[in-house]
Amino acid sequence: MAIKQKKTLSKEMITQAVIDSFKKLNPVMMIKNPVMFIVEIGTFITFVLCVVPDAFGPSTVSRGYNVTVFLTLLFTVLFANFAEALAEGRGKAQANTLRKTKSDTIAKLLQKDGSIKEVSSTQLRKGDIVRVDAGKLIPSDGEIIEGLASVDESAITGESAPVIKEAGGDFSSVTGGTRVVSDYIIVKVTTDPGESFLDRMISLVEGATRQKTPNEIALTTLLTVLTLIFLFVIITIVPLANYLHIKLDTATLIALLVCLIPTTIGGLLSAIGITGMNRVTQFNVLAMSGKAVEAAGDIDTMILDKTGTITFGNRMAAEFIPVDGVSQKDITLAALQSSVKDETPEGRSVVELANKLGVTWPENEYADAEIIEFTAESRMSGLNVSNGTKIRKGAVDAIKAFVITANGSIPNDLEEKANQIAKAGGTPLAVSINNRIYGLIYLKDTVKPGLKERFAELRAMGIKTVMCTGDNPLTAATIAQEAGVDEFIAEAKPEDKIEAIKREQAQGKLVAMTGDGTNDAPALAQADVGLAMNSGTMAAKEAANMIDLDSDPTKLLSVIAIGKQLLITRGSLTTFSIANDIAKYFAIIPALFIVALPQLQALNIMRLTSPQSAILSALIFNAIIIPLLIPVAMKGAKYKAMDANRLLRRNLLVYGLGGMVAPFIGIKVIDMMIAGLM
Amino acid sequence: MSIGIIQVAVTLLIALLLIKPVGSYLVNVFSYEKTRLDRVFGPVERLFYRIMGVHEEQSMDSKQYVTAVLFSNFVMMILIYAVLRLQKHLPFNPDGIDNMPSALAFNTAASFITNTNWQAYSGESGLSYLSQMLAITFPMFTSSATGFAVAIAFIRGISGNKNELGNFYVDLVRLITRVLLPLSFIAALFLVFQGVPQTLHGAVTATTLEGANQVITRGPVASLESIKHLGTNGGGYFGTNAAHPFENPTPLTNLLHILFMLLLPTSLIYAFGVMIKNKRQGWSVFAAMSVIFLIMLGTVLFQEYKGTPALHAMGIHGNMEGKEVRFGFFESALFTAVTTAATTGSVNNMHDSLTPLGGFVPLAEMMLNNVFGGKGVGLLNGLLYVILSVFICGLMVGRTPEFLGRKIEAKEMKLASIALLIHPILILVPTALAFLRPESMASILNPGSHGISEVLYAFTSGAANNGSAFAGLTANKNFYNISIGLVMLFGRYISIIAMLAIAGSLATKSRVAASVGTFRTDTPLFTVILLMMILIIGALTFFPALALGPIAEHLGM
Repeated sequence: MAIKQKKTLSKEMITQAVIDSFKKLNPVMMIKNPVMFIVEIGTFITFVLCVVPDAFGPSTVSRGYNVTVFLTLLFTVLFANFAEALAEGRGKAQANTLRKTKSDTIAKLLQKDGSIKEVSSTQLRKGDIVRVDAGKLIPSDGEIIEGLASVDESAITGESAPVIKEAGGDFSSVTGGTRVVSDYIIVKVTTDPGESFLDRMISLVEGATRQKTPNEIALTTLLTVLTLIFLFVIITIVPLANYLHIKLDTATLIALLVCLIPTTIGGLLSAIGITGMNRVTQFNVLAMSGKAVEAAGDIDTMILDKTGTITFGNRMAAEFIPVDGVSQKDITLAALQSSVKDETPEGRSVVELANKLGVTWPENEYADAEIIEFTAESRMSGLNVSNGTKIRKGAVDAIKAFVITANGSIPNDLEEKANQIAKAGGTPLAVSINNRIYGLIYLKDTVKPGLKERFAELRAMGIKTVMCTGDNPLTAATIAQEAGVDEFIAEAKPEDKIEAIKREQAQGKLVAMTGDGTNDAPALAQADVGLAMNSGTMAAKEAANMIDLDSDPTKLLSVIAIGKQLLITRGSLTTFSIANDIAKYFAIIPALFIVALPQLQALNIMRLTSPQSAILSALIFNAIIIPLLIPVAMKGAKYKAMDANRLLRRNLLVYGLGGMVAPFIGIKVIDMMIAGLM
Repeated sequence: MSIGIIQVAVTLLIALLLIKPVGSYLVNVFSYEKTRLDRVFGPVERLFYRIMGVHEEQSMDSKQYVTAVLFSNFVMMILIYAVLRLQKHLPFNPDGIDNMPSALAFNTAASFITNTNWQAYSGESGLSYLSQMLAITFPMFTSSATGFAVAIAFIRGISGNKNELGNFYVDLVRLITRVLLPLSFIAALFLVFQGVPQTLHGAVTATTLEGANQVITRGPVASLESIKHLGTNGGGYFGTNAAHPFENPTPLTNLLHILFMLLLPTSLIYAFGVMIKNKRQGWSVFAAMSVIFLIMLGTVLFQEYKGTPALHAMGIHGNMEGKEVRFGFFESALFTAVTTAATTGSVNNMHDSLTPLGGFVPLAEMMLNNVFGGKGVGLLNGLLYVILSVFICGLMVGRTPEFLGRKIEAKEMKLASIALLIHPILILVPTALAFLRPESMASILNPGSHGISEVLYAFTSGAANNGSAFAGLTANKNFYNISIGLVMLFGRYISIIAMLAIAGSLATKSRVAASVGTFRTDTPLFTVILLMMILIIGALTFFPALALGPIAEHLGM
């Protein structure tokens, strides 16, 4: 399993991160993070002071003090770099494993004249047609245009069981780097080299294409302006102090500045962003951008397919119900006849149930019959037998319409019996032969366990769930109630989904949805967060902004939680960082002026030992809080589903009040420890 | 003491009761729907529009609105400057007062067009009657109306759904015709009844009891005095401002002054709530501002009532230095807290003579610049902190931040950052500059920490467009005239430009629906958050400078 790296931190990764944190000292890279760049400049100036203590006017402090300030500042920068390097390292490790699967393969290029030419996979261009035999790697992303094969996709999904891929329909897309296990397929290449799915995955997890998200940019702006304000505060205090004959030491001023600017969040901000993306990847979901993950936190409405998402989807035939005037045996036989050529799980369950009831039908009887496939438009399937007999099963109203056009009559008790099935949460399928309706197949569906609780959680978070189903309204209502969704759309066609999304968006809501079919693509593109299943078509994957490699639609819930957690972590650490300033002021301001204005001792409410120990304690606290908070930044702040105001109260208590109190304690403790050393 | 407390409580209670009716009236004034007010004021206003060539139906987007504000203010500033520089040759100059020097005229013009009313001149000896009316009283109306218009435009932006902020000229005219003129006319009559002079005759010479001759200056005082407080202007007719017996002769005039200062700034917050269709939001902002106000008022009351150890040693209770006996501790302290909260800047006692922590109060209120705040801009500053609070705390509920259903994104944060940055820079940088120039330090009356307070106060007063003086500092020097003049101009217009740009940007955003997952900004919890945000970001910025000034002075007593 390539992506799911459970062991998150290895020794090598930490060593690499340590090396990288020094490499990141390069000012060209540092300037991207204005807050830490200011710290780096401060570090440089104090370094000069260590060498030439009188570089900026006569110095009143010892060289040891300058060196301590310099080292503490250096570590502040290094700690921030380390956090970022560690986050990046984790992504790189994931990318490296992926890269191993991406080896050059020999592709069998189908020439125009039908001959086969062997070329390297890197030479394939969009539109080329290749043949892939059993046991070979698929050379590039593409669509199957001919054939059916089982494909082992474990390299990207981690799922060891091979999946069936075939030309046409919703399972025609294949991914480069996966292996054909049986049969052969003809594939039309859909990407140029370097742009394949695997390439994009690698660059995404590696963070090479990482761009700051809109919210991150806005937050960086705020942090930069706070830094600027404090820069002005510190510079302008010098002439004022001079007027009172207080000589302020350069190293001390830099220490004060670094303590006041939001270094905690400034140092951890990019690590939060990178690990947020990584957490999504660890869930085996590929987010196409950090923006999509952020948007997931804002989701107000989720549109979920019933089948496969809310329920297991393999609806099984549970009963055959004849209408008036039809015997139990006739309906069973009719149902069986309608399903002998039906390879869907429903169809097979009909055959199984009929066989269990002792009714059989030789399959080869209908060998030359025309198979009518189920489509979302017709909502029925069946056979046109060569003798002209038309056998159908499908949605009750579709069969009714079909029978009426064939001049048949509708049995009186059909509606009532269908409703009974629907009310019980089942799906009624009507069975007809030519213009006569024989009865109903009772299909049962089950809601996945635990979903009801998760929907309740979502409701508490203010997220509305809408269930989309092709079922009739009664069936839909029963399942909706059983699953605890807020709304449902019954007898939904693909257009209904996009309508529902637009309707929600018009009310100012952000909508998330999952989908896999080509006809889901427009809706996936319309939704603010579209999660496509990896098993789905290329069109769906292109339209979505996230892809679930495990093809599990319920992942959407986890993605939303991750998005929220990412934003909460950012907000909480910002609040913490700003709240810290109060204590730091009370440590440093008296220390700064106390020699000339002894009355300011009253402000030294922490009773710190000496001016120098006070300044160093504040500075050291400021530095070590960064590595202490790395776990929070990497794992994300704790998030439990609850309404916004309770969540806010809780986080304010932890990070706001905690941010005010923690440095008072921390600085005092450090002061007690270093007082003995000085 | 209890009488004093009752006085303060009654004054504040009346102010509180006036908020709702006046706020509702303001909503009507600025509503572009047809109201009954149109029938009364419509004909006069239409006459003005025709003269000015204004098409009143034309709505402006944020850029046009800003342009109109800047253009009209620039023209008026030139006019004020010209009148001051040429007053000797102009009519209504019975006392033969000379032209104003250029630096002082620039400072005065900047001061009155920005509604600061910082007075480096002395009204009795430096201004003709025409100057008092055209360069002082006239901009008292227009500058105040400009501020309110901007605030209303901002509210329209964040509550509407198009980048249509209204028509600046219509807002300006309506505020003057429907609010400022009628109210100040009535108030002026009341002031005349209480003994405030209103005349175009020159000074009189009186023979005192000792037989000496005394020249008593007078003039059109009542008309200036009424708009001075209603428009939170603050520039006095006389140098001693509202401590002068002709400006503020009785406790009743003092009450009127205080009520007038609070009237529009507080009502505007209520109007804000009504206009955004969420009164609770208005009250939650009001509550945060009120808490800061009450803390400040309590501090100055307590400090002045307690006095200083030095006074105690002489057996004197409380600090009456610089205060008028007819007002006493309580009315003086209340006036101080109100005039700097509402950024009026008039004084009925000398702030330089306050105890150190008493003097800290007006300084701190101006540094925050959003405790009600004057002429609409105070509300904008308050809303700036609301946006900041929403941005930082909004993230903590796991959604990208939004205010009133609009996402706060990079563009808004950039603009908010400009507005946030400009205030401390305008205070701290020129103060530091003054302490780098020996010739500017020579203007300081008292050495040591008190001297720092004097300079800091001058620039804070300018940046906050307050205009109150700490006294002590000899400010009529070219350096102070020009630097404070520039501080006043930048302090006012940069934040106006930034805030209107935010309104324009938010107006075009589609509205996000609120759910239980949305962070509510109209709750007591939000009031507390806003309060903390104002105190931490607003106050911590100035803590080092304050520590060297009033705090050091207080601790050294």
